[in-house]
Amino acid sequence: MNQDIYVLVEQFKGKVTDMAFMALAQAKELAAASGGKVVGVLLGHNVAGLAKDLAAGKVLVYDDPALADFTWDAYLKVLAGLIQAEMPRLVLLGETTIGADTASGLSARLGLPQVGSCTRIEAAGGAFNYTSQVCGGKLLAQGVLPDGSVLVTLVPGAFKPEQGKSAIPAQVVAMVTPALEGLRVKLSHYIEPEGGDVDICKENVLVSVGRGVQNQDNLEMAQELADALGAVVSGSRPVTDQGWLATSRLVGKSGKSVHPKVYLALGISGAPEHTEAITGSEMIIAVNTDPVAPIFNLAKYGAVVDMLDLLPVLTDQVRQAKGG
Amino acid sequence: MKIAVPTQLVPDLVEELVVDASGSYLDPSTVRWVLNEFDDYAIEQAILLKERKGGQVTVLTQGLDGADDALFAAAAKGADRLIKLNGDFETGVKIHALARQYLPVLKALAPDLILTGVQTHLNLDGTLGPILAESLGMPYVGYVSGVTLGDGKVTVIKEYPGGLRAEMEVSLPAVLGIQSSDTPPRYVPISKIRQVMKTSKVDEEDCGDMDESGSVLVDNLLVPESSEKAEMIEGDVDAVAARLVEILKEQGVL
Repeated sequence: MNQDIYVLVEQFKGKVTDMAFMALAQAKELAAASGGKVVGVLLGHNVAGLAKDLAAGKVLVYDDPALADFTWDAYLKVLAGLIQAEMPRLVLLGETTIGADTASGLSARLGLPQVGSCTRIEAAGGAFNYTSQVCGGKLLAQGVLPDGSVLVTLVPGAFKPEQGKSAIPAQVVAMVTPALEGLRVKLSHYIEPEGGDVDICKENVLVSVGRGVQNQDNLEMAQELADALGAVVSGSRPVTDQGWLATSRLVGKSGKSVHPKVYLALGISGAPEHTEAITGSEMIIAVNTDPVAPIFNLAKYGAVVDMLDLLPVLTDQVRQAKGG
Repeated sequence: MKIAVPTQLVPDLVEELVVDASGSYLDPSTVRWVLNEFDDYAIEQAILLKERKGGQVTVLTQGLDGADDALFAAAAKGADRLIKLNGDFETGVKIHALARQYLPVLKALAPDLILTGVQTHLNLDGTLGPILAESLGMPYVGYVSGVTLGDGKVTVIKEYPGGLRAEMEVSLPAVLGIQSSDTPPRYVPISKIRQVMKTSKVDEEDCGDMDESGSVLVDNLLVPESSEKAEMIEGDVDAVAARLVEILKEQGVL
């Protein structure tokens, strides 16, 4: 085993993800404490150019047409071979639609422990202490990472993407990709997101509703407030899953990341897969009946009232304020 | 087509979460166990596939309070066989340990397709689907929001950030981590569930002691203390609305 911190540099359609830069930032801090190096691992096709601004001492590049798009089969084969050969102290991945699938498969294949939903790892006296979100962010679990190689999936929060970038070019090492034949998962094609009538990423104010809206009819009240504010209605996963809002309005891990001047979170509890997409908001205002909803840990202002009681009153007051 | 749906029961987040005296676990006497919401989608997707192409759907869960409710609700929706695993699941299940409990039962079922919720809110040591897939020698796709059965293969829609999706082909047998079903989980009235309880049976499998080897230990379980916790607006809805109008004006959006 070595003391290096490996990072799966997740790239998607030829662009390194913000989560990958955040993982590099975490790795940089840990490597300084452990005496190891930060080693980026980049999988793809014609992606070596992506290594240039990564905050890593070394970037291992596996370039193969079969790696042009993420498939579980191919990623597992490449990464399992590398990790087994090198046994780095830690392997950091994002808890994303790519990293989460990959990490647990690697953990099972290699018999290595895994820590998920990790917000932060801190070095202390030769050990690494982890903090993870559980129960939708309502609780934190803390402990010490076991000795030996450990796989960790990180959620955003502790670091900014810029901290994982560097002006000093990393050493780029072209790796030999193992034979990738007989893959059982094949990507046929991408399906671009529906354009929708608005782009919620460009809105100044979002009136965003969650499970607290209770039914589709109640969305009308949120729309009235949005109309009064000149804003747009967006929502969390339960609302789009029910078909009450178009998926183009989904804010969250598999929806859009937004950065409005005001994000009004109504009846949204603040599960990590939602909050990771709203941290770029200038101001978050949260309304929820649950006084310990995790959304209040992120919001600037909060109120413990029922959004359905508040909506008509707030809409009236907004109209009055605008002289309507 | 044999479809297995291994599910997980998780603490109901609507209830207050109480940490026990050890500081490392939830107090089991205070936890209300409910079906993981992504597993509800997995059950629905399995029933939809059965309705389109025929087959048998087996739903499995852990032997905790709430297991029978979850299983009989699945039967009322159309599941054919119900299996409850007996074991010590109360003190914070590790996903790898749970996968080890499920493996012999799933091997015996020899399903063509395994659907499971893509995640739970207790994924401290990973997610169930990829671990089962790797352990069973099957391929895996997670974050799936659409499934179509083909001949010896399945076509799935996988979700990525930003609303982007991809269509993928997966050879069977396979494990899929379900993010959402083709249509939302159907509602079944209590009366139908009660009726099913009289006619359905739950098979029980004794899986022996939990094997938690290789698990990561939790030293502390605590309520997060945010240094930037929201400034709370007190009062009734009129007072809250009035203050929000002020804030929106200060922020320059009103």
